Amino acid sequence: MRLSDLGKGDCGHIRGLTPEGHDGPDEIGHAELERRLLEMGFVEGARFQILHEGLVGRDPIALKLDDMRVALRRREAGAILVERDS
Amino acid sequence: MSEATLGTRVALVGNPNSGKTSLFNALTGARQKVANYPGVTVERKEGSAVTPNGLRVSVVDLPGTYSLRARSPDEAVTRDVVLGRFAGEVSPEVLVCVADATNLRLVLRLALELKSVGRPLVLALNMFDIAEKQGIRIDREGLAEALGIPVVTTVAVRKRGLDDLLRQVDALASQGKAAAISTWHEPSAAEIRQAHKEAERIMRTYVKPPLRPDTWTGRLDSVLLHPVAGTLILMLVLFLMFQAVFSWATPVMDMIDAGFAWLGQAVAQYVPDGLLRSFLADGLIAGVGSVVVFLPQILILFFFIILLEDFAYMARAAFLMDRLMGVTGLHGRAFIPLLSSFACAIPGIMSARVIDNKRDRLTTILVAPLTTCSARIPVYTLIISAFIPNRLVWGFANLQGLVMFGLYAAGIGSALIVAFVIRKLIWRSATEPFLIELPAYKVPDPKNVARGVLQRGQIFLKRAGTTIASMMVLIWFLSSFPGAPADATQPAIDYSFAGMIGHVMGPLLAPIGFSWQMAVALIPGMAAREVAVAALGTVYAVSGEDTGSLAATLAHQWPLASALAFLAWYVFAPQCMSTLAVVRRETGTWFWPGVMFAYMLALAYVAAFIVFRVAVSLGA
Repeated sequence: MRLSDLGKGDCGHIRGLTPEGHDGPDEIGHAELERRLLEMGFVEGARFQILHEGLVGRDPIALKLDDMRVALRRREAGAILVERDS
Repeated sequence: MSEATLGTRVALVGNPNSGKTSLFNALTGARQKVANYPGVTVERKEGSAVTPNGLRVSVVDLPGTYSLRARSPDEAVTRDVVLGRFAGEVSPEVLVCVADATNLRLVLRLALELKSVGRPLVLALNMFDIAEKQGIRIDREGLAEALGIPVVTTVAVRKRGLDDLLRQVDALASQGKAAAISTWHEPSAAEIRQAHKEAERIMRTYVKPPLRPDTWTGRLDSVLLHPVAGTLILMLVLFLMFQAVFSWATPVMDMIDAGFAWLGQAVAQYVPDGLLRSFLADGLIAGVGSVVVFLPQILILFFFIILLEDFAYMARAAFLMDRLMGVTGLHGRAFIPLLSSFACAIPGIMSARVIDNKRDRLTTILVAPLTTCSARIPVYTLIISAFIPNRLVWGFANLQGLVMFGLYAAGIGSALIVAFVIRKLIWRSATEPFLIELPAYKVPDPKNVARGVLQRGQIFLKRAGTTIASMMVLIWFLSSFPGAPADATQPAIDYSFAGMIGHVMGPLLAPIGFSWQMAVALIPGMAAREVAVAALGTVYAVSGEDTGSLAATLAHQWPLASALAFLAWYVFAPQCMSTLAVVRRETGTWFWPGVMFAYMLALAYVAAFIVFRVAVSLGA
């Protein structure tokens, strides 16, 4: 399951990154996207909860990631594999 | 070498929003210098401090970053200075890693990365009072041992812990250890994961989570990031900001205008009529006045921007606006500079520095002058009142108001389209990912806000101001030399260089319906858009003050098609030297103002041509 598939209120933890999996051409390339996501704290095992969604197309999303808050577009969230708490 | 660079050289490194700049301000007070790093448009902030042992240290505040892998020009400066490979910059002897004590997760990884550089390093846990209030327990000694570097606690806004920090800097510097060989290399994804795990382990062992976590950020966000309420509040904030820049600044600007006019007259009384008087009053004083007059708008705009930035609201505004700006391929952060440009492109362009990505910043700067700035209003009003009948259309809309609205819409629409075209055609790139931290809300420190605002004003006056003032003098020169002969029958400007240029340009501008008088008025109109009104008055020998009679003269002299073409011209034309000077200052080269001038001129010509031809064929 990808982070981009989830909606407001969903929580879970990060399982891994698949920068190749996210669609569309990218200015920065897959390897760079992966490193940026890691540096922002999207590491395996990190806990998250989606707090807010944008007005148009419920994009971008704001989430609590461990003990900090991060915002990103659903496009990039498509590169993040997650497991949702049931 | 300047005084400030004597003594131990210290560089502050840290995540964005770690309170690094307030720590820099607390350490150096008023002893700061702001300049640019050579060759790049990144600001270099340096100051000096005195340690408890009476030694002088020079402190450099480096741009905030999450890692040494540079993702923007600002971060590249941080990396190169830290690694000691920035040409022309003496490498720092001691690094201070500044951390927000309430948000240590990412900065611990940065600290590990900085350690591999091999230079003496201190970790400063800043905003320690907030951490204590939240009941975060940090085992400082354990942390120092685990990281292998001294750790101090600071509260920059209350000037607490500064002596501790400086003592550690002294101690490290006096050991006189040469920097170890740097083992830093650009880390791979696997190495970042590894470092993050290590940071995580240190965090779990030595930092206990807050007993009383900050609930304000969550509560505020549930309103401020709410899709509907949040957007409305953002609109309200922007409305206030826009109103302030637009209308609060006006009385002060009028005062400045009047002040310089008075000064010009005062000079005129004591200096005999002739070239010297004209140079002093119309060239120099008017030139300096045209710089100072922008100051209120710049100070007010940056007051809001710095206040919102320190409050941590800017990241929220970017979140809310990201989708809208995404249409053009720009980042959510481009919204504020573009909106500010409705008051004046100059503060708008200066505020484009909130955008991290270099290409996005350039795109925003290039399209900013297309939004309808307040200086176009006098020109629009004059032409509309002269040519557009004041009557109702469709039963409710005032035709003059409708034309005004159309001109604004043309400005916005063209800015968005040009931004889109620049990104697609020139950069040929997809959009930069939007990935930002939403920092916890903080009460802004008035002293830091005041210092930031004053610094902006100073930078504008010193860097852009000198260019603007000299251009004003140049335009004065073109409009006054050579003087009119004694038996002149035409207004003096006709005999000047501006007049000659206007006559030469006449045939070029004939296809878009401009008479040579209009062409002449465009030259002094380069000083600022609103000056075109006075220039038209000069050319037609009508008092510039009395726009009523000027409108009547124009209505009599110009065909309607030419007037409409003139309006279209003013939507696009780069009729503002000050804007070009500021773009030069912000981009560090004349290339980008050149590009801006060329593309805007081309758009203006094409738009005026189409409007003129269509109007003529419709019988206007």
